[in-house]
Amino acid sequence: MSDDVIVQCIDVNTKFGALHVLKNVNLTVRPGETVGLVGESGSGKTTLGRAILGIGPVSSGRILFEGHDIAGVAPRDRKGNAASIQAVFQDPYTSLNPSMTIEDILVEPIVARRQASLEEARARVRTLLDQVNLPSDAAYRYPREFSGGQRQRVAIARALALSPHLIVCDEPVSALDLSTQQRVLDLFVEIQERTGVAYLFVSHDLSVVRHISHRVAVMRGGEIVEFGDCDQVTAHPQHDYTKRLLLAAPVADPVRQADRRAALRALNTGA
Amino acid sequence: MSAATPAPAPAASSRESIALSVLTNPLGLIAAILLVLVIATAVFAPLIAPFAPGDLQIFKINAPPGDGYLLGGDGSGRDIFSRLVYGARNTLIGALIALSVAAAIGVTAGLFAGYFGGRREVVMSWIADGLMALPALIVLLAFYQSLGSSIQVSMVIFGIMLSPGFYRLTRNLVNGVKHELYVDAARVSGLSDMRIIARHILLVIRAPVIIQTSIVAGISIVIQAGLEFLGLGDPSVPTWGGMLQDAFANMFVVPTAILWPGLAISITVASFVLLANAIRDRLQQGNRTAPASKMPKVVAKPVGAAPTDNDLLLDIRELVVGYPGKTGWTEVVKGVSLQLRKGEVLGLVGESGSGKTQTAFSVLGLLSTGGRILSGSIWFDGRDIANLPEDEMQKLRGKRIAYVPQEPMSNLDPAFRIGFQLTEPMMTVLGISRSEAKARALKLLAKVGMPDPMRTYKAYPHQISGGMAQRVLIARAISCSPDLLIADEPTTALDVTVQAEVLELLRDLQAEMGMSVILVTHNFGVVADICHRVSVMKDGKVVETADVRTLFADPQHDYTKMLLGAVLDDVTPRTYRPRMLKEVSA
Repeated sequence: MSDDVIVQCIDVNTKFGALHVLKNVNLTVRPGETVGLVGESGSGKTTLGRAILGIGPVSSGRILFEGHDIAGVAPRDRKGNAASIQAVFQDPYTSLNPSMTIEDILVEPIVARRQASLEEARARVRTLLDQVNLPSDAAYRYPREFSGGQRQRVAIARALALSPHLIVCDEPVSALDLSTQQRVLDLFVEIQERTGVAYLFVSHDLSVVRHISHRVAVMRGGEIVEFGDCDQVTAHPQHDYTKRLLLAAPVADPVRQADRRAALRALNTGA
Repeated sequence: MSAATPAPAPAASSRESIALSVLTNPLGLIAAILLVLVIATAVFAPLIAPFAPGDLQIFKINAPPGDGYLLGGDGSGRDIFSRLVYGARNTLIGALIALSVAAAIGVTAGLFAGYFGGRREVVMSWIADGLMALPALIVLLAFYQSLGSSIQVSMVIFGIMLSPGFYRLTRNLVNGVKHELYVDAARVSGLSDMRIIARHILLVIRAPVIIQTSIVAGISIVIQAGLEFLGLGDPSVPTWGGMLQDAFANMFVVPTAILWPGLAISITVASFVLLANAIRDRLQQGNRTAPASKMPKVVAKPVGAAPTDNDLLLDIRELVVGYPGKTGWTEVVKGVSLQLRKGEVLGLVGESGSGKTQTAFSVLGLLSTGGRILSGSIWFDGRDIANLPEDEMQKLRGKRIAYVPQEPMSNLDPAFRIGFQLTEPMMTVLGISRSEAKARALKLLAKVGMPDPMRTYKAYPHQISGGMAQRVLIARAISCSPDLLIADEPTTALDVTVQAEVLELLRDLQAEMGMSVILVTHNFGVVADICHRVSVMKDGKVVETADVRTLFADPQHDYTKMLLGAVLDDVTPRTYRPRMLKEVSA
């Protein structure tokens, strides 16, 4: 079981007071796999990501990571590989502390987890920067000196610092320009193919999710309405909501977009 | 969304650069020098003062300056200058005690209350509110009665009374910063709460706390002097307040004696406050650029004559928009020419910093502070509206040129009902009565697809969703039947299903009313969905303009090709190869 599943969410529920944000969520991620988690605002996709990271609450249910239940366990109390689960967040402008140098930012997780001494960790910074295609002199500069795409590379380097088996990516390319977005996505794929890290990739953008995912889960109102292979879910959706979501995203082709618009209208009036 | 948003610098600056720029500010420099002088006087008092503070010479009671006594003698025949010097020491020690107690209690409590929140915060806030409600002077007098004449004990108590100021400041700052993503990232990295507070949170709060410290130092000197003036100090310890009291008793004999301690107190307190102001100015300023008034004057001359083609609603010619930079104007739009026909939807597409929003805002006459149209013309319906006086522009805006913003929620005033926000502009622009405006507003709300127009009319903005808010703003934009609608990323903040509905609505309204639309967007899907023609912008220039089908089928410019190549519409899904991790680790 734990051989082919790295994360398994079993009947996960989260409530904020009267708000039932996650409803019996079941989800698995296999080693080296990207699971895309797509949904609109308020669907609970970010809450699920934060629950797996240990920075969001779990009211009931289990989250097994390599066989151990980590639901409700804060990151600093996690042991073994669970301690190395990392995150890349949406906004590269606020996910890096503006008053720390890139080196300080990258060294922090290594030292916090006592994986290496400060000197050894500093020596590792160059390798990390190299992995995300940033020059090694970036280490001594501050986040404000970098563009959005470069900052997101720094955030990815920080996530890689602990050689994690799983990275939770919460809308990591939503704040980036189109061309930057593609390069950062390519970097995610390249890193995965080299290191075998698994991604839980949270996004509202189905085209991004389709580009990077092996499997896709569609969330709505705290529930997973459809979960399956990427091609299956994004090309032959079963659930009405998935169909609407797919058709609602405009494609960059005026002729096809006109057809999709008509199809969406038909679906909406039919429903 | 793009271009002229200055980077948020202040919090990022290191302590050294703040100190340096505070010293380059003349007031800050003077205050710092004076404070250094006062502190040096206090520290080296025995070296500076010619006499011990208690030395008295009976024949020099209330003596005028001179004869060894630089500033004369006080009511007991002691040297005023020497007492002033020693007084600096005792006064500063008193202030330091109050300050340390207040900052230690307030900042610590504020950090914990702000970071952990919950019940702890509630209890601590109760205590802080209770302390603030107590009248400080009366409490001090009561303690003086029970604890005796030590001004230092009084200053400890005063420090406790002052701590709520630090507490509230710190708590609010921490509340603001603790949900930052980098704090989340630190938690994911496994940092303990203590280390997160020490590494990430203290950095952010230190500058405001320094400002508060400086102000509180001034306050505690004043209060301390006041207490001593009332006779609540130890008469054997020379302090400025005590000297004030002594001089006051002899005011009719030596009126000038009251001047010296008074001056010492005022100058020191003023220096603390000025220093605080200088630091605050520096923090609020961020990256300073030359103010627009100092920039060379710009008069945009019309380019060419009014277009003769009646079908042409908008003709932008060689438009250049600049913002004041460190070395003159920084151009963000560099010679853009665009044409918009009546009833046409033009997509203005590009990446951030391409100048697309600035171009659109020039047409509205709504450039951010400092921004100017440096040259070029904007011919709108036969008239050049580039750099039109604000009052003339106001007549066009809303009536003939309308605007739909990117963030619907921040463009509705939360304090007013939606109905009011819809009817008010109509009454102003169209000069119609309130009841007429209301009837129109209800009709408009129905038109933009509100299921229950009356309910929306009476609702406050927080009671409706983002998609609904955008419909309301569209209703407001079309309420005066404009000829030109400028929509700046109108669907970017919306969910994709809501986006489809809003685009549908815009399309229907455009067709029905025959208005022209400039749609600023970064999304080629949105362009393909609604636009007739497209202009692609890069670095302040239009690189390509074409009919929408032509652009997607046969892009000419390399940049357009690159952008279209980056669109992720038709990708082959990845195939999962199990046991990949094992291959790697083996």
